[in-house]
Amino acid sequence: MRATSGWDIRLDALAVGYGDHVVLHDVNALLPAGEISMIIGGSGCGKSTLLRHVLGLQRPMAGTLSVGGRDLFTLAGRDFRKVRRRMGVLFQDGALLGSLTLGDNVALPLREHTGLPKATIRQIVLHKLALVGLADYADYYPNQLSGGMRKRAGLARAIVMDPPILLCDEPTSGLDPVNAARMDHLLLDMQANFPGMTIVVVSHDLRSLDAIANYVLMLHDGTAAFAGPVDALRASDDPYVRSFLDRRVDEDQRTEVSLAPEVQQALDAWLER
Amino acid sequence: MSTGPGILAPVTALGAATLRLLGEMGALFLFLADGLRLIFASPKQIPKILNQVFVIGSKSLFVILLIGVFTGMVLGLQGYYTLVKFGSEGLLGAAVALSLIRELGPVLTAIMVTGRAGSSMAAEIGVMRITDQIDALDVMDINPMAYLVSPRIAASLISFPLLTAVFDVVGILGGYVTGVTLLGINEGVYFYRIQTSVEMADITGGFMKSLLFAVIVATVSCYQGYFTHMRRDGVGPEGVSNSTTSAVVLSCVFVLVADYALTSFLL
Repeated sequence: MRATSGWDIRLDALAVGYGDHVVLHDVNALLPAGEISMIIGGSGCGKSTLLRHVLGLQRPMAGTLSVGGRDLFTLAGRDFRKVRRRMGVLFQDGALLGSLTLGDNVALPLREHTGLPKATIRQIVLHKLALVGLADYADYYPNQLSGGMRKRAGLARAIVMDPPILLCDEPTSGLDPVNAARMDHLLLDMQANFPGMTIVVVSHDLRSLDAIANYVLMLHDGTAAFAGPVDALRASDDPYVRSFLDRRVDEDQRTEVSLAPEVQQALDAWLER
Repeated sequence: MSTGPGILAPVTALGAATLRLLGEMGALFLFLADGLRLIFASPKQIPKILNQVFVIGSKSLFVILLIGVFTGMVLGLQGYYTLVKFGSEGLLGAAVALSLIRELGPVLTAIMVTGRAGSSMAAEIGVMRITDQIDALDVMDINPMAYLVSPRIAASLISFPLLTAVFDVVGILGGYVTGVTLLGINEGVYFYRIQTSVEMADITGGFMKSLLFAVIVATVSCYQGYFTHMRRDGVGPEGVSNSTTSAVVLSCVFVLVADYALTSFLL
């Protein structure tokens, strides 16, 4: 495992879940500082659950989770919040506050945590909105925007405090191909505009993987199936990795289920009425 | 001789329900304590509180005026036909005013505000919970309790007594319309009886009730919305719907129970 400095994220023998239900166990990975890492895997494999733990919203069942070299869950309250304040988060649907305009949403962390004058905050907000192509929409409410625009606004809010870590939960899900590509470009722009920023993207979008990822953590069957550079992933001959990348279903995973003949007959008879 | 599980089952169920209820009440009180503490967390709370005073107080004003005037009119009508049997119709002003100031003003105001603002508190916070908005506040290091709950509790503490005062005044005027204008009671007698029978203790008692009801309605409504995701009877939009219903029903029940308890204490 490559050692990095700065705001890297290290998972050591991590086990996460809900209540007594273990979703992931023995996950080991290093998401390097200053690079774009993708957490990929099939639906329901625990990607978003893992992200909630990285965000500190849930405590792991076992193992350690270090951010910037500090074990997140052994930090005292103030230090914990200090580390978490260095993370910007883009939630799946943006999670913008519906009662605030886009401008107010993006300004919220600045208003709460800084004593900057209103005019300065406004300038910062417009700059961040311009970075995501929404400078003209500062006075719109979230419900007046499309899903893609809400995600971009969520991205503007995530970066408003210039965080060294940016975490994105399914940034391209539900977007048409053009808007999905636009989101990928925005993430690349973030890397260019904020050198050293650690970007972690949770996704199962293979086109995004090709477009932006430097490093990959693949989850499967309750643990990490692969953790390493994207080139090593592409070269892997692991059966699950190959089936995921080639979008192929193994013969033994195909389902052939049919209704009992009398049930099918009853359904057909009803439909022919 | 051993007792079978069938015999103990009702006792076990009762014990479990009691423990659950106690746990829930404990959580509610901790929620309230945290909400009250965070009112004073920062001067940045002031604009949020004022905004909620507008939402809870100002936007409830019309319904309070409407309900207040009709409650006073009905009291005037019922009171007149009861008092006239004893030749005491001159006491109508006192009957209307005391009923409103001591009892109906605080209680009906609380129930009306529960229906209008309490339900919206539960629904708004519940939607924020299921759409990750509360998690978003958390990861921005903005305390969701301080941002969402404390301003609503503080605004309720400001708004409820003011709305109760408005309710009392328009109710007394409603009683005046029925008693004096429609039924012919002497105007001077109506107001003189109010002046001589209403004491300061009646007014402070009514305001104490309204402050207690403010805490109950705001806390129960915010609590139901805040923990929408923990409900067992529904998730997502159904959970929000159930939280809103619970907020209104529990607030009204707690208001009436607290009203009895406080009235017993004040009398």
